[in-house]
Amino acid sequence: MKKCQQCSKPATLHITEIREGEVQALHLCESCAQEYWHSELESSETEDASNSPFPMSMVEDELEELDSLSCPNCGISFKQFRAQGRLGCPHDYVAFEAELLPLLENIHGDTAQHCGKAPKRAPDASQRQYRLIRLRNDLRSAVDMENYEEAAQIRDEISELEQELGEITDTTE
Amino acid sequence: MDLEALTEKSGEWLRGTGPESDIVVSSRIRLARNLAQYPFISRCDDTTKTEIETLLKAKMDEVAAGRRLQYLDVDDLETLDRQFLVERQLISREHADSTGSRGVGISDEETLSVMINEEDHIRIQVLRSGLSLDECWSEINSFDDALEEEVTYAFSEKLGYLTACPTNVGTGIRVSVMLHLPALVMTKEIQKVFQALHKISLAVRGLYGEGSQAVGDFYQISNQVTLGKSEDQLIQTLKDVVPNIVDYERRVRTALVKENRQSLHDTVARAYGILRNAQTISSEETMHLLSSVRMGINLGLIDNLEIPEVNELFIQTQPAHLQKLRKSELGSAERNSARASFLRRRLSGGGSGEEN
Repeated sequence: MKKCQQCSKPATLHITEIREGEVQALHLCESCAQEYWHSELESSETEDASNSPFPMSMVEDELEELDSLSCPNCGISFKQFRAQGRLGCPHDYVAFEAELLPLLENIHGDTAQHCGKAPKRAPDASQRQYRLIRLRNDLRSAVDMENYEEAAQIRDEISELEQELGEITDTTE
Repeated sequence: MDLEALTEKSGEWLRGTGPESDIVVSSRIRLARNLAQYPFISRCDDTTKTEIETLLKAKMDEVAAGRRLQYLDVDDLETLDRQFLVERQLISREHADSTGSRGVGISDEETLSVMINEEDHIRIQVLRSGLSLDECWSEINSFDDALEEEVTYAFSEKLGYLTACPTNVGTGIRVSVMLHLPALVMTKEIQKVFQALHKISLAVRGLYGEGSQAVGDFYQISNQVTLGKSEDQLIQTLKDVVPNIVDYERRVRTALVKENRQSLHDTVARAYGILRNAQTISSEETMHLLSSVRMGINLGLIDNLEIPEVNELFIQTQPAHLQKLRKSELGSAERNSARASFLRRRLSGGGSGEEN
């Protein structure tokens, strides 16, 4: 069995990455892999290319930090959430945003964007945003089902909405 | 609400009517909602829970204007009554077993129920007989709209309705259809169905939801994904899939009759015979045998019994129902003998189950 290339524990995750055309193989144990995903997420968020995925000296500290990370609103720690599987308050979705994302993608697939009903009190613009997201979804399935007549109708609706919303389309596609 | 009066009825979901009701027992949709200004239930102390319950109870009364929603304080109920509500699928097992301020509002026809302080602050459920997901959605959607005018839900543009468990976030919707699939179970074809459903991210559960066993060949099929798809899309997935399973069950039933009518008839007749003559019988065996009888009626192998009657027996032979009908608490052995005598009376020639 291969050993984790970051520590000496047995490697359980084998990752093949293609970066700028170069293939890179990674063999990691459970905890280093988690750290890896975590730092990947952070670096892609900050778009800091110089940030190495493995600030090795910090792995242990950061793992602890991840678990002790807590919500300023309700006080629940990420570790507590992991133990009970239930969040403490609505703000946890913001406080643990980066940590929850892989979990959400795992459960719901990689479109972690709501496109269903919204409370009617939500501001008008976001209402229309939702509608747009939903219509695009519908369009995709109409095309998949070869329902071209329906697809054409949806396309018309989309362009109408897009006009109403102005340039906002750039940010959603 | 008069729970005693409910025992006499079979409840909306077992009415045995609606499209495809020979195989589709019921359709159910539930929505998970939370109030924006409070922590989720696991971080609420008792005072906060009581505050939430009081607030929501008052709001529910306003919203329900025009229709009656009877409120039951679940924390105050006897264990037997809680179990009774679980058997009728009006509250979840978790809601029955947990502690602290919590309750449920139930509509007269038992189609709508609203649990307060379950895993989320609000769990709205609509249950209907047969394959009627559109009707479920329109009823639950309008109740949700009305409630939303009175309270502020925890909601984010990106993640939709925020729920205590990330598995419900987004639409907060669970769309499920309960199917009676004895022929697929008998021929073990059911495994293929499970595999196919798993591939399209649909979950299969037993009669009483999460973690429950599939008793009496009843299976609940429901969506797992709640984020990234609209309510309509999630409902449509079930509406697309269910008719295929129904067809499959019907085809296998027809094949069973064609290839081995005598043996099938024998199984059904023996099941009927045991139910009419047993002196002591467990809930599990009852469900199993009623399942055969139910299929037998659909195939014309039993002609002096109707589906709604069998549906009623499914629920009235459950432990809490049985005890409430008997008006006394019974131990397990006493229940088995009371159940057998109840079945004998009910099946001996169309009696109402009353002592003669």
